[in-house]
Amino acid sequence: MRAPEPGVEIDGFRLGERIHVGSMASIYRLEGLPLIMKIPRLGAGERSANVVSFEQCRMVLGALSQSPHHPTLVAYGDVETTPYLVMEYIEGTRVDQWLGRAPLSPQETARLGHALALALHEIHRQDVIHLDLKATNVIYRASGQAALIDFGLSCHRHLPDLLAAEFHSPVGNWVYMAPEQIAGERSDPRSDLFALGALLYELATGKRAFGTPDSVAQLRRRLYRDPPPPRALVRATPPWLQEVILHCLEIDAAQRPTSAAEVAFDLANPGQVAITERAERTKRESLQKVARRWLRARNFSPSAPPPPATDLAPLPVIVVAIGAQETAEPFFEALREAARRRVAANACRIACMTVVPRAAALTDDTPTGRHIKQLVSLRRWARPLGLPEERLTYHVLESDQPAAALLDYATVNEVEEILMGAGKEAAQIVTQAPCSVTVVRAPPLS
Amino acid sequence: MGYGADPVAVLELIEAHAARGAIVVLGNHDAATLGRNVHGMNLQALTAIAWTRKRLGKRHVDFLNALPLTVREDERLYVHASAAVPERWTYVTGRRQAAQSLEATDARMTFCGHVHDQKLYYTVATGYPMPFRPIPGTPIPTGRHRQWLAIVGSAGQPRDRNPAACYALADLARSRLTFFRVPYDHGGAAQKIRAAGLPERLARRLERGA
Repeated sequence: MRAPEPGVEIDGFRLGERIHVGSMASIYRLEGLPLIMKIPRLGAGERSANVVSFEQCRMVLGALSQSPHHPTLVAYGDVETTPYLVMEYIEGTRVDQWLGRAPLSPQETARLGHALALALHEIHRQDVIHLDLKATNVIYRASGQAALIDFGLSCHRHLPDLLAAEFHSPVGNWVYMAPEQIAGERSDPRSDLFALGALLYELATGKRAFGTPDSVAQLRRRLYRDPPPPRALVRATPPWLQEVILHCLEIDAAQRPTSAAEVAFDLANPGQVAITERAERTKRESLQKVARRWLRARNFSPSAPPPPATDLAPLPVIVVAIGAQETAEPFFEALREAARRRVAANACRIACMTVVPRAAALTDDTPTGRHIKQLVSLRRWARPLGLPEERLTYHVLESDQPAAALLDYATVNEVEEILMGAGKEAAQIVTQAPCSVTVVRAPPLS
Repeated sequence: MGYGADPVAVLELIEAHAARGAIVVLGNHDAATLGRNVHGMNLQALTAIAWTRKRLGKRHVDFLNALPLTVREDERLYVHASAAVPERWTYVTGRRQAAQSLEATDARMTFCGHVHDQKLYYTVATGYPMPFRPIPGTPIPTGRHRQWLAIVGSAGQPRDRNPAACYALADLARSRLTFFRVPYDHGGAAQKIRAAGLPERLARRLERGA
């Protein structure tokens, strides 16, 4: 079947400009509407997977709740007679337009990565895995938010995976594909984190982490060969950025960050990234180690995917907000007790936070001195919790509107819960927070 | 029937639905109650069948006797076990059995039970149908160019340690199928089984959902 020409009418939609012709489908603007139509290539000589991919895309997009991070499905045609999908046209800049300018500054890489990680988190928490993340499938809206497009290879863990039985060679983009996808695993959201790491690598260095494989043998190299550390290519890559990128690119999915929200958090808070040996690497692993990995890779079996997000605590960050004036130890201890209970219940991070007035409003102290003083008292508060360093972060926010600053932080960082005292901002935070808020009080004196 | 202490109440409820046009097919425990092929049943099941039989009146027996093994309605087939040879009560426990059942009919959708766990099989381009464990409450688009076999699950004794009863709703206009679980007073049902002197295991399985 030939792709229809612009001007043709299908079920009342008039095709406008053809904006994409691919091996699986063609995409058209629709005249007079902010919509596009995707028409799969079907018929003699075309791959049967095209129709399955179309079906999968329709099913997954139809099940996703509306959000700025993916197109909204508006209408679809019958698979047997007139297959098409009509969805929102997303205006913006695609990642490949930035790749042309790579290497980007660490700040720009982190900004793009942060927005992309938030978009991934949005679909992951609905138990959808994209599995075909690549430069042309990410669009940045004018607002800075990232939107994922093309869900033709995606998987929704609440719906049958129609693609599971369809392919014999690894399906997806070979440049960014995760090791477990090569082994046929399609239900691990951390596969998207690997692709995210590969994209960040390319943005930060201008080079592809694993080149452009054109055989399965070359594709399988990523099961044992690590890419050159970004710092070996761009000397100025800061340790925190290399840490985040190489953490995402871990061969074993279980060694990667546990969620996209965690990556987003790290990219938005570079000063809080837990630095490991990864951050310091300047060259690739020794050949001895690679040889050992190569032997193991012959029987590579992916880590078990985590249970669906609906079975897990939704988010990893708990904010403990401590007013700059708080000093009472019984209150601090009550707050610690509340934090301990959260930590015992699930693997969350505790973000200790305080808000101070803007530097201009200060009279009695230098801004830096004040900042450090607050950090010291946050650390003193957290020390008795006895948590490992990577589970704790410290933030001194500067704002004349403490409640607004806290709310903004909670929104950007997908915070799960805020623990705080009953200060004068509590009411506003409780009513406006995007998450649960627990107001903690010291036990009454008896 | 054949599991619980309320066969007459259940049967009369189903009769009332049937009178309003509901589709009802014969199951293996119903067939056993009628004295048809009881081989393969264990002692507890046979005890329960004998107990049940004594409580049924002629009207109930006549109703059961009139039930068909399969019902075909447009593109849909209703059958208790595998559609391959319905009177043999073959369990659809895997992809091979699902293939045999789907090959035996040109119906686009088959609804069956016998196996107590909810499961959805769907045909693919090559090989046996693929299995999927449905998530209760999530509508699944059931494309018309495939064959689907839905094991709706049981009301009582599901095998997944969740005592809630199973059912499914097919939205024919939109080609969507949604599986559900619904809690009921399984404790009360188990107590009735004990009070009736039926095998203790039948009561325990209701409570444990296994």
